[in-house]
Amino acid sequence: MTRLRVFLWGLVAVAAGLLGLFAYQLSQPKNDFVQSAMIGKPMPEFTLPAVVSERPGLASADLANGQPKLLNIFASWCVPCAAEAPHLAELERQGAEIVGVAIRDRPEDVAAFLARYGNPFSRIGGDDISSVQLELGSSGVPETFVIDGQGVIRYQHIGDIRAEHVPLLLAELRKAEV
Amino acid sequence: MIAEIGLAALWLAAALAGLQLVAGALAVKRDNGALASLVRPAAIVQGLLCALSFGLLILLFVRTDLSVALVASNSHSEKPLIFKFSGAWGNHEGSMLLWITVMAVAGALIALVERRLPERTMLATLAAQAFVGIGFYAYILLASNPFERLNPAPAQGAGLNPQLQDIGLAYHPTTFYVGYVGLSVAFSFVVGALVTRQVTPDFARAMRPWALGAWMFLTLGITAGSYWAAYILGWGGWWFWDPVENGGLMPWLAATALLHSVSVLAARDALRTWTVMLGVLAFSMSMLGTFLVRSGILTSVHAFAVDPTRGSFILALLAIYIGGALALFVTRSSTVAEGERFTAISRESALAINNVALCAILAVVLFGTLYPLLTEALGFQVSVGPPYFNPVSAIFFLPMLLVLTVGPLLRWRRDSLTRIRTPILIVATTILVALAVAIFATDAGVLPVLGMAMAAAVAVASFMPLWGRSLRRVPLAVWGMAISHFGIAVGLFGMAADSAFEQERLVAAEVGDVIQDGPWTVRVVGVAPVAGSNWTGLEATLEAQYKGGGVSVVSPQKRSFWTPAQETSTSAMVTRWNGQLYTVLGGETDDGRWQLRLSWKPFVTWIWYGGILIAFGGLLALIGRVRSDLRRRAAREKGGARRAEVMA
Repeated sequence: MTRLRVFLWGLVAVAAGLLGLFAYQLSQPKNDFVQSAMIGKPMPEFTLPAVVSERPGLASADLANGQPKLLNIFASWCVPCAAEAPHLAELERQGAEIVGVAIRDRPEDVAAFLARYGNPFSRIGGDDISSVQLELGSSGVPETFVIDGQGVIRYQHIGDIRAEHVPLLLAELRKAEV
Repeated sequence: MIAEIGLAALWLAAALAGLQLVAGALAVKRDNGALASLVRPAAIVQGLLCALSFGLLILLFVRTDLSVALVASNSHSEKPLIFKFSGAWGNHEGSMLLWITVMAVAGALIALVERRLPERTMLATLAAQAFVGIGFYAYILLASNPFERLNPAPAQGAGLNPQLQDIGLAYHPTTFYVGYVGLSVAFSFVVGALVTRQVTPDFARAMRPWALGAWMFLTLGITAGSYWAAYILGWGGWWFWDPVENGGLMPWLAATALLHSVSVLAARDALRTWTVMLGVLAFSMSMLGTFLVRSGILTSVHAFAVDPTRGSFILALLAIYIGGALALFVTRSSTVAEGERFTAISRESALAINNVALCAILAVVLFGTLYPLLTEALGFQVSVGPPYFNPVSAIFFLPMLLVLTVGPLLRWRRDSLTRIRTPILIVATTILVALAVAIFATDAGVLPVLGMAMAAAVAVASFMPLWGRSLRRVPLAVWGMAISHFGIAVGLFGMAADSAFEQERLVAAEVGDVIQDGPWTVRVVGVAPVAGSNWTGLEATLEAQYKGGGVSVVSPQKRSFWTPAQETSTSAMVTRWNGQLYTVLGGETDDGRWQLRLSWKPFVTWIWYGGILIAFGGLLALIGRVRSDLRRRAAREKGGARRAEVMA
């Protein structure tokens, strides 16, 4: 009888210990994002064809023209990309030059996406096999990179851009000017 | 509108669960008949409302209503219909709704059919069921609403993860949920019996079909998951000791012990403490499995809703349910402990050893699964894999199988080994012969050799309980036991043979090359582009010949999905009764050749045959038990009517 009770209290203690361990581990910050190893390095050589008729394609040479830019990786099939569209438009309104890379997309889908959510891009390259995305060290869509005037990757923003990120990205762009 | 009706139905169901809990608890406490009469109807209507809600979610997916956030982020108008259907539960929110639906429907079933238990225990059980349910309702309604609208609605959905666009998704998670939820029902019975201090054989008989059914579905779920991993995901293995796989195995181990224990309680009024403890343990393990998957606390192949907030919610539920049940058990321990006595050599004793061994394996798996979490808290990272799990669990598994060979032959209460010396001799001879064959005829390692020998012994022993009996009069439940035990032998042989005899080759081949892999001759016929409804890819065509026999064409593929963008390799295989040839297409090498992985896995199929046999045995036992229960009830009612007649 008492043995059973002691055993049960033991079980309670073990369960409490485990729950405590879980609670502790849950409270620990866990960073699942893969930070690109390319930050601080020059953009790799690439040439991407145009996806829509009203914007030219994108090549690495376009990035090293002295003007810092935002490079936005997006896709028409990506829901967060639609969510970040107004904030990209805001960045463009505040003077940022934005170039886009459309990942594994079809021209008609991209055109429909831009017609619906606006087109803040000065150039859009189509990356059908994610090759440029992989070379950039990007692990998903959407992601946004700050590229300085010499074509060096300066900053990576993972995930969708929210309102609070807009001033942050503008500051990074200004830093990239010097 | 559909989404709103679904959500409203869910809120109503939650409210009814609240009513069921309060009315049930008060009725038990005050013996109030008016309140008591509310409980069963509340459970039934709650089940109907949940079923309606889940049906509506499926309808939203079938229609691809992109104004619903869940549909938009998991479905896509170009997806084939069957995957729109299964997409409804191939995500966090939908699967939680499936969970609560199965649970509510199970509650409704108990309310409809269960008449054996004393009414107070019944009410306490339904109240406990509602208590568990409310936690899940809160979780869904407050933290993971599947019906949330998206404004503005996107033009197209994000699509279902391509690895989940497979028929496996239609059955693997569903069987698991039914199993998990069945264990929650068993848990409710335990709580009900503890509250009213009625841990009796009647309680065991009422709970048995649920434990048996849950166990059967868990067996199917694990078998299906293992087959799915090997077949579609192209992982080339049937078990990885991944945290989430372990999360499914642990409840199965507890449920296996539970269903044996509950039979002893039903037949002999012994092992009361064991049964209660295992009922709590089995449900704890299914909650733990859910927690491991949903919190993303451990790195796993299954991480599909990594979100610490959700993890915290499940953790809180886990703490409340398990803490509550254990506390209740402590206060009731004096009424539970005394059961019928038995001697060391008896069937009860064999089953108690079985319980101990299963719990030991469970502890081994639990420790191995959580160990990385423990060390991480102390600041260093480790991973625990097969070198720990295989031998350490085998230490308990192999002796347990020895007990399994003779246990079913023992009599209840008191027996002697000399009475069953012939069967013992047969088992021992089988083991020795099989050991000799395995050692001298193969160059397999220690564990596979022992595994094959024990598989032979269990296969022979599993049918010995039928020996000398008129086969037509053997109860269905005994047939079920024999078939399940035989299934263990079949599965174990498959595992041992696969790890002992697998032959793998990795080659860079040109079109026209001929590759030899074990008994197979494989010719590379060509590699060509292919396209599906939402992917493009490459497909190799291979001609495989087994020992110079007929030619089978296999076509492993590398697929690139565009919604969402992701690459998967779809392995292709030739399945024979005695194993599988497994082929995977890799990338192209610089000099234009193709990487190919060929792997001959002899008898790997037996693992899944074994799993199906085990579950089939469970089904037979379930049918047998339910049928004899119904007969007994009919007889009792007839007797009652007759008595009434005589009295009149």
